[in-house]
Amino acid sequence: MSNGIGNGNPNGNGGPTGGSRWFEQPPKPLPTRPQSKGPDKDLWLRCPSCAEILYRPVLAERGQVCPHCSHHFRIEASARVALLADPGSFVVHDDHLGPGDPLEFSDAKPYHKRLLDTQKKLGVLDAFLSGSCTIDGLPVELGVFDFRFMGGSMGSVVGEKVTRVFERATERRCPAIVVSASGGARMQEGILSLMQMAKSCAALAKLRDEAGQPYISVLTDPTTGGVAASFAMLGDLIFAEPNALIGFAGPRVIQQTIGENLPEGFQTSEYLLAHGMVDLIVPRNELRATLAESLRWLVESRPVAIGEAR
Amino acid sequence: MDLILDFERPLMELRRRIESLKTLQAEEGLDLSASIEQLDLQARRLQGQMLRDLSPWQRTLLSRHPQRPYSLDWISRLFTEWRELHGDRAGHDDAAIVCGFARYKGRPVAVLGHQKGRNTKESLKRNFGMPRPEGYRKALRLMGLAARFGRPIITLIDTPGAYPGVDAEARGQAEAIARNIMEMSTFQVPVICVVIGEGGSGGALALGVGNRTLMLENSTYSVISPEGCAAILWRDRAEGPRAAEALRITAKDCLHLGVADEVVPEPGSGAHRDPDGAAAALDAALERHLGELSLLDGPALREDRYARYRKLGVVLEEAERLAVIRAKLAETAAREEAG
Ligand SMILES: [Zn+2]
Repeated sequence: MSNGIGNGNPNGNGGPTGGSRWFEQPPKPLPTRPQSKGPDKDLWLRCPSCAEILYRPVLAERGQVCPHCSHHFRIEASARVALLADPGSFVVHDDHLGPGDPLEFSDAKPYHKRLLDTQKKLGVLDAFLSGSCTIDGLPVELGVFDFRFMGGSMGSVVGEKVTRVFERATERRCPAIVVSASGGARMQEGILSLMQMAKSCAALAKLRDEAGQPYISVLTDPTTGGVAASFAMLGDLIFAEPNALIGFAGPRVIQQTIGENLPEGFQTSEYLLAHGMVDLIVPRNELRATLAESLRWLVESRPVAIGEAR
Repeated sequence: MDLILDFERPLMELRRRIESLKTLQAEEGLDLSASIEQLDLQARRLQGQMLRDLSPWQRTLLSRHPQRPYSLDWISRLFTEWRELHGDRAGHDDAAIVCGFARYKGRPVAVLGHQKGRNTKESLKRNFGMPRPEGYRKALRLMGLAARFGRPIITLIDTPGAYPGVDAEARGQAEAIARNIMEMSTFQVPVICVVIGEGGSGGALALGVGNRTLMLENSTYSVISPEGCAAILWRDRAEGPRAAEALRITAKDCLHLGVADEVVPEPGSGAHRDPDGAAAALDAALERHLGELSLLDGPALREDRYARYRKLGVVLEEAERLAVIRAKLAETAAREEAG
């Protein structure tokens, strides 16, 4: 595969696995979607920021960043993985897990129908892609939201997969990275979606307390609601892509509450940086290098912990 | 101010008639006991039926009833030596959350809860029970203290949700809620959460990660308010009743979904009409659960909590998923054929 995602050995760099139950399933290739052969106009789009007309293949080659103004378009989960993971190192986990319909929820469309339609269209079962990989040679557990799937909303499956990212990292004693892009909890799974926040955060606490491994959270446009109010804002390091919408309550809800206009730049990455809520704003083309540098600083050939030194 | 909800009216009317008969009896020296007894029986039957038949939306209205006991009302009935403590140590004190020391049957515990106000002035002070980040941080500070000294933690949940305000966002309410959720999972002491009224989304969960979650019979617990859900899915807040139904927010639904461990009955026609009766029922449940949890040591308590949340949610393996989809499609087809 040309996108850097393959069936490589995630432990090529010596991550201890010791017969972990997570690795009993054979590695699977990433599901791919047949390329749509749309009309020519599908090949071009206008940048919402600088209004330049952009050629999609060029945009894709540049990681969905506008070559003129650096506007960051949303990026598919698999493309994100390709940008971050060492070529061929990414091994997908848990892509066989699919959502149920515990509430038998129905709005304009029954939830189970909506799921089926979205799954068919996108070729994935839910809104999260996760796996083991290396970044610049360092083993990590990586999870990436897929915003195209119902706005990246977190229901039982996303919560389960995030939880397993942290559990695997705890078991393998390696760092975890989650790249968030989500409108929040998935309404169609009701209170069970809310509970995914508790489930995933409890697993994150174990990564910290049992494995002593770091977790880096990358916030991209948008990261709001129940995802922001759980693991997304709990990174040992929190990086944000430029100009992403990040917050708990949606801007429209807040506007209705206060009945006046919101401050300039409210809930952008830059606003959060100014208010002390993120460590760094990292442009997409520097993300991989910044993650690698941070991981090295944190875990590369770790010295004996000060408390253990005699 | 006595708010009587529509569905409470027939019962209230019956009660009023009983009262007037009793007055008549006392004033005129007549023997009306047979009629009174009959009406009383009718009232009790009506009450039982009413509580059984309440719709999710009616439960929602009850969970928000302005005469429902709030955290401080429960605290005064269930605990002794209550001492409220204040401040997040970072510049703020949030009156939407109360927390402090208390004793439960002589045993030192930490008690925390969302707090609503009874009148306009107090409601504003309490921000209608909607915390800002400093509220969660104050709560976390006290819970951490309790955990360090081996004191059980009891939380009372009653909030429409986190406060959707500019200041709350600026001070990082997403992080504050997240931090509470994560740290609550780690405490090596018993943590019991009781939903006493509205369990509103992240603002509720920030006090809601426990070994046990008890829900009062007329409380609700939801990922989003019914009105908020309706505004998004049906573009109309007035569709709240429909959303309340779809979201499965009642105590009974939460029990079936595994989110609640026990539904605490509200005797009479609800905690807003008989707070002492409801307090007695909660007291019994609390004592039982605290007793059970007290048998576990610190690490076991953390592990018990982990296991509790670990299993929540419905995730299907590929084969199961296909079977379910096939069944649903067949069901739909059959229905279409019949209709
Ligand atoms: Zn541009």
